[in-house]
Amino acid sequence: MSTRLAKGGRLIDRSAALEFSFNGKRLKGYRGDTLAAALLANDQMLVGRSFKYHRPRGIVAAGPEEPNALVNLGSGGRLEPNQRTTVTELFDGLEATSQNHWPSLEFDVGVVNSYVSRFLPAGFYYKTFIHPRPFWKHVFEPVIRQSAGLGKAPKDRDADRYEQAYAFCDLLVVGGGIAGLQAALVAGKAGARVLLLEQNAHWGGRAPVDGDVIDGKPAGVWVDEAVAALSGMENVTLRARCMAAGVYDHGYVLADEKVADHTPGDGRPKHRLWRIRAGKILTATGAIERPLSFAGNDIPGVMLASAVRDYVVNWAVSPGDRTVVVTNNDDGYRTAIALREAGLAVPAIVDARANPAGDLVAKARALGLRIEAGRGIAKVKGGKRVTSVAICLQAGEGAVIDEIACDAVAMSGGWSPVVHLWSHCGGKLIWDTEHACFRPDPARPPLNHDGGALVVAAGAANGAMKANAALADATTQAEAAVTALGMKPKKAKAPVAETAAEGPMEAVWIMPQGASVELKSKMWLDYQNDVKVSDVQLAAREGYESVEHTKRYTTLGMATDQGKLSNINGLAVLAQALNEDIPQVGTTTFRPPYTPVTLGALAGEARGEIFQPLRRTPMHAWHEKNGAYFEPVGLWRRPYCFPRAGETHEQAVHREVVNTRERLGLLDASTLGKIIVKGPDAGRFLDMLYTGVMSTLPVGKCRYGLMCNEQGFLSDDGVVARIDEETWLCHTTSGGADRIHAWMEDWLQCEWWDWQVYTANVTEQYAQVAVVGPNARKVLEKLGGMDVSKEALPFMAWADGTLGGVKVRVYRISFSGELSYEIAVPASHGAAFWEALHEAGAEFGAMPYGTEALHVMRAEKGFIMIGDETDGTVIPQDLNLDWAISKKKADFLGKRGQQRNFLARADRWKLVGFETLDGSVIPDGAYIVAPGVNANGQGNTQGRVTSTYFSPTLKKGIAMGLLLRGPERMGEVVEFNTVKGGTVKARVVDPVFYDKEGEKQNV
Amino acid sequence: MSEPVSALNGAVSEGFATIREIGPLGMVTLRCKADVKALPKAIKAAVGTGVPAVRRIVVEGDRACGWMSPDEYLLVMPYAAVPAVLDAVAQAMGKEHHLAVDVSDARAVFRVEGAKAEQVLAKLSPVDFARLEPGELRRTRAAQVAAAFWREGDGFTVVCFRSVARYVFDLLATSAKPGSELS
Amino acid sequence: MLLLECPYCGVKAEETELSPGYEAHLKRFGPGSTDEEFEAYMFARKNPKGVHFERWRHSYGCGKWFLAARCTATLEVFGTYPAQVGEPPADIIEKIKARRPDWKGYK
Repeated sequence: MSTRLAKGGRLIDRSAALEFSFNGKRLKGYRGDTLAAALLANDQMLVGRSFKYHRPRGIVAAGPEEPNALVNLGSGGRLEPNQRTTVTELFDGLEATSQNHWPSLEFDVGVVNSYVSRFLPAGFYYKTFIHPRPFWKHVFEPVIRQSAGLGKAPKDRDADRYEQAYAFCDLLVVGGGIAGLQAALVAGKAGARVLLLEQNAHWGGRAPVDGDVIDGKPAGVWVDEAVAALSGMENVTLRARCMAAGVYDHGYVLADEKVADHTPGDGRPKHRLWRIRAGKILTATGAIERPLSFAGNDIPGVMLASAVRDYVVNWAVSPGDRTVVVTNNDDGYRTAIALREAGLAVPAIVDARANPAGDLVAKARALGLRIEAGRGIAKVKGGKRVTSVAICLQAGEGAVIDEIACDAVAMSGGWSPVVHLWSHCGGKLIWDTEHACFRPDPARPPLNHDGGALVVAAGAANGAMKANAALADATTQAEAAVTALGMKPKKAKAPVAETAAEGPMEAVWIMPQGASVELKSKMWLDYQNDVKVSDVQLAAREGYESVEHTKRYTTLGMATDQGKLSNINGLAVLAQALNEDIPQVGTTTFRPPYTPVTLGALAGEARGEIFQPLRRTPMHAWHEKNGAYFEPVGLWRRPYCFPRAGETHEQAVHREVVNTRERLGLLDASTLGKIIVKGPDAGRFLDMLYTGVMSTLPVGKCRYGLMCNEQGFLSDDGVVARIDEETWLCHTTSGGADRIHAWMEDWLQCEWWDWQVYTANVTEQYAQVAVVGPNARKVLEKLGGMDVSKEALPFMAWADGTLGGVKVRVYRISFSGELSYEIAVPASHGAAFWEALHEAGAEFGAMPYGTEALHVMRAEKGFIMIGDETDGTVIPQDLNLDWAISKKKADFLGKRGQQRNFLARADRWKLVGFETLDGSVIPDGAYIVAPGVNANGQGNTQGRVTSTYFSPTLKKGIAMGLLLRGPERMGEVVEFNTVKGGTVKARVVDPVFYDKEGEKQNV
Repeated sequence: MSEPVSALNGAVSEGFATIREIGPLGMVTLRCKADVKALPKAIKAAVGTGVPAVRRIVVEGDRACGWMSPDEYLLVMPYAAVPAVLDAVAQAMGKEHHLAVDVSDARAVFRVEGAKAEQVLAKLSPVDFARLEPGELRRTRAAQVAAAFWREGDGFTVVCFRSVARYVFDLLATSAKPGSELS
Repeated sequence: MLLLECPYCGVKAEETELSPGYEAHLKRFGPGSTDEEFEAYMFARKNPKGVHFERWRHSYGCGKWFLAARCTATLEVFGTYPAQVGEPPADIIEKIKARRPDWKGYK
């Protein structure tokens, strides 16, 4: 059984007992524990079930590479699935539950998959669920979806908050082990701005656990001193609990700081996502131990040797009373020695090497430990817990020589440098034969903006596995990095570590090397996804040669741990099966994030009210107070209608239309784009920008204009007013202002930079109100201050003045067909002016109206709307707007595009109006059917509806749309398809349904 | 005539830094190339400062002139002084090609104050504050919208568009929540 | 995420402060041009794996368009320069030639 030892534990505080629960059981731990350590201390080795076979799963590792010990953490608004217990800091009241089992962790029905495992080989899904085709959607997929996924997505709103922050540094050092600390010391002393990140809560990495001695001091003391020295440097920032997730172009790094995971509910942000820009990045990310592939290596109690050592030394937890160590290298002996020194039994060290030799081997011998050289594990026995191991000759086929009773197995297959961050931006790897691992190739680093190396690796992450080599490497790499940054490193000697002389390791990919198929189908590579040696070999037999394909076919390395333990072993097995060298087979691609980053951190502050910016007009508060129903228009929120008590939105829109046509409507038109264009060349510039002529517009007058892109397609429209000799004011569509302003600046800066024109986007300087209806003039006359008569201010003119004491600019323009004034006032007076209009207009029947009434009224008048009648493939000619296109101008933006033959053809879909024969409203988006079918067997079409409404004025459905040769087909009846099936008949008519002569707007 | 009302009517939020909406504040966009002879005179007449260097703002009492782009300057003044400033610019510039336009109401202005004011902005803008120079006017984005700011007194003055004033205020207030200090 | 220095205001702007404008040094063809010329202007783009010239706008900063010479494969930036030029500046051409001896030129 696993238990808490009476003494030791460098990271725990025995005076601070904490209570937590696992699957409802109340358990105790200490401050400084990880959840995994505390579970082991309570003899909870079984923590989950595997994904495919629902095999019992125990804790394997002690760090972020853990594939098995994933739990649901917390509950309600703080529920987080798939949390790795090995990196979860224990806190009082922590609640955890195990995942992927039913009905319980101890008894799981899904385990039946395990008994049929030989029927569930690699690629099972691909092979099985392909026929019959129609079954996929309705049978296979729903069933597979039921069993898919590890853990359950939380249902409640996240109770925590998250944030992001930007940081900048010369050198980013990732990893707070001895290599990272030493690199930071070198760079810090050279005066570089250094940011040092460590994913754990504590500094120092493995060195204190391994008992290294640095400069004559225990590693832990050296680490404390280094941290103290760095904390004292103003140019160095240290951040613990901060995991560098990804390295991106030009030194951009994302790092996830777990600010309050261990203190939930204390009011601090749970995580903070750092968006770092570094001059250079030094990765001192260490190495991860590899498992060994022997039969039964997935049984709870089989752990990484380094993890066993971590639990004993860091948390005073023994994973078992009797631990067999199995290794192919000397480092595994450290675990045997640590266990023995903690008073625990090590019945045997099973060493695959024939002649192990070295200081650690000698020390183990001296301690009287039994060493089985040239041996391997034939099989681990046990169900939910290891009971014994059967040992065999490593060189043989697995005949059992001896069986050793034990309750834990510590395995060491050698170490793989953590090369993820090196690789994210394209750093290449080379095969290190001595350590049987990939390590960064210094000749092919990821590149920075200047073509130099963006990332340098140091220490174990660079293949310098032993403390002494790691410190020397960190010193060299950091010195080179700061030199490349243009700084001078201070001359100083690298610290010296006393290191045990180690014998060479021996690459062991399968144990024993001649294992039978039966044994190989019990050798797990990927514990979480249940990928075994036999699966990879099967993939190779079926023709998979690329490691990337094999990964996807077998799902090796595709679990939440992304193959941190399984990748190298898996590709070694693949290489063997393909009879190729490992470097030739290569690795899969390392992609960010290094370990999962919660979505909350990626969203940062962007949630709730500030999920995205809402643009509000100066009258927004009034609209809210008066019950407006809003709709988004770009980022603006505009009132769609102002429903009264008991009214539907439809009824409100009808009321607003009728009231505006008969009495007086007020529209908040502040969102309309307003751009000032001024200069000696402004007229010439606008003549290029608009299809019509703006240079001839007299001062004091307005003119409707169209803008096209260079392809000739209609892009925006609006009324242009000539302000003075050199100044025009261009109105754009709501939401089009920024785009059109950028469009103007693009041409002025990049094409006609010698033209003297300045622009300014003054959209938000003004609140704008459309005063519309037969009583419009009356209310303005009542406010008083300027002459708004037909004579003084005729249709399509504008004037400056005051109304009700407010400085205004009044445009006589109409988008509804009624007598209409659009009045611009400084935004800071917008709300007051709007209220004054309502007050003065009360006796004339003033009512606010929203965007839907606006749309209905403009459709009744046959006015087009950008985005309804246009979709980026429509030219003005399609909309019968030839009158707004100058024939005389030699050039304007879009002119050449419109001359392309397919746009100049007569058989385009062109704008007409439609009236249904039965008075109904044509469905939005309906197409006009045509006889026959196209090449794909779909019905032919000859047009589509672009705007369709019920007209409260005409009391029937009206529509505009594009129809093949439309204007030539007046009076013809065509059919629109409907959502329910079938068609609706409509007559082709003039798109101007209301007041064709324009008498009402000209009064 | 009604009194001018700023976008949030002087909203305040207290956190580890204080966020205050100020204004209405007079602001004029002056577009003019830097080599126009009349420019220094126009700026002097308008706000009493010299021509700011690239990316700088020159503050002179309650007036200022900031460099916005190679042919754009931001003139800051009391709200009521805008018409006089526009007149002064027009007079000084004469027939020179330029554009001066009142943008006071198109903007919202905030003060972010306190010893850790910088940390509030460091959460929202991709700006290296350690390298922000004295008198620097930085145009950038705050989360998802355009913003400009400069160091002034015990903190920063932040300018954004009026329509997103509430969004920016909420951003600043959220970033300044107690317990979320960066150091 | 790219970092490009705006040649107008000197800010080392990150990509989120910029707007992309695609290929630089295109010649506009208007009315009177042939279909081939117009097609080349509108649609034919180089899209090289290697040295490329691009338009970028410092949209969250000074608002100016500038041009950048960079390698699309390694993301090495050879330089940025104002947009008011007909062709890349000589010093940037020289720098590219030094860094990429096989480069065939920008045309």
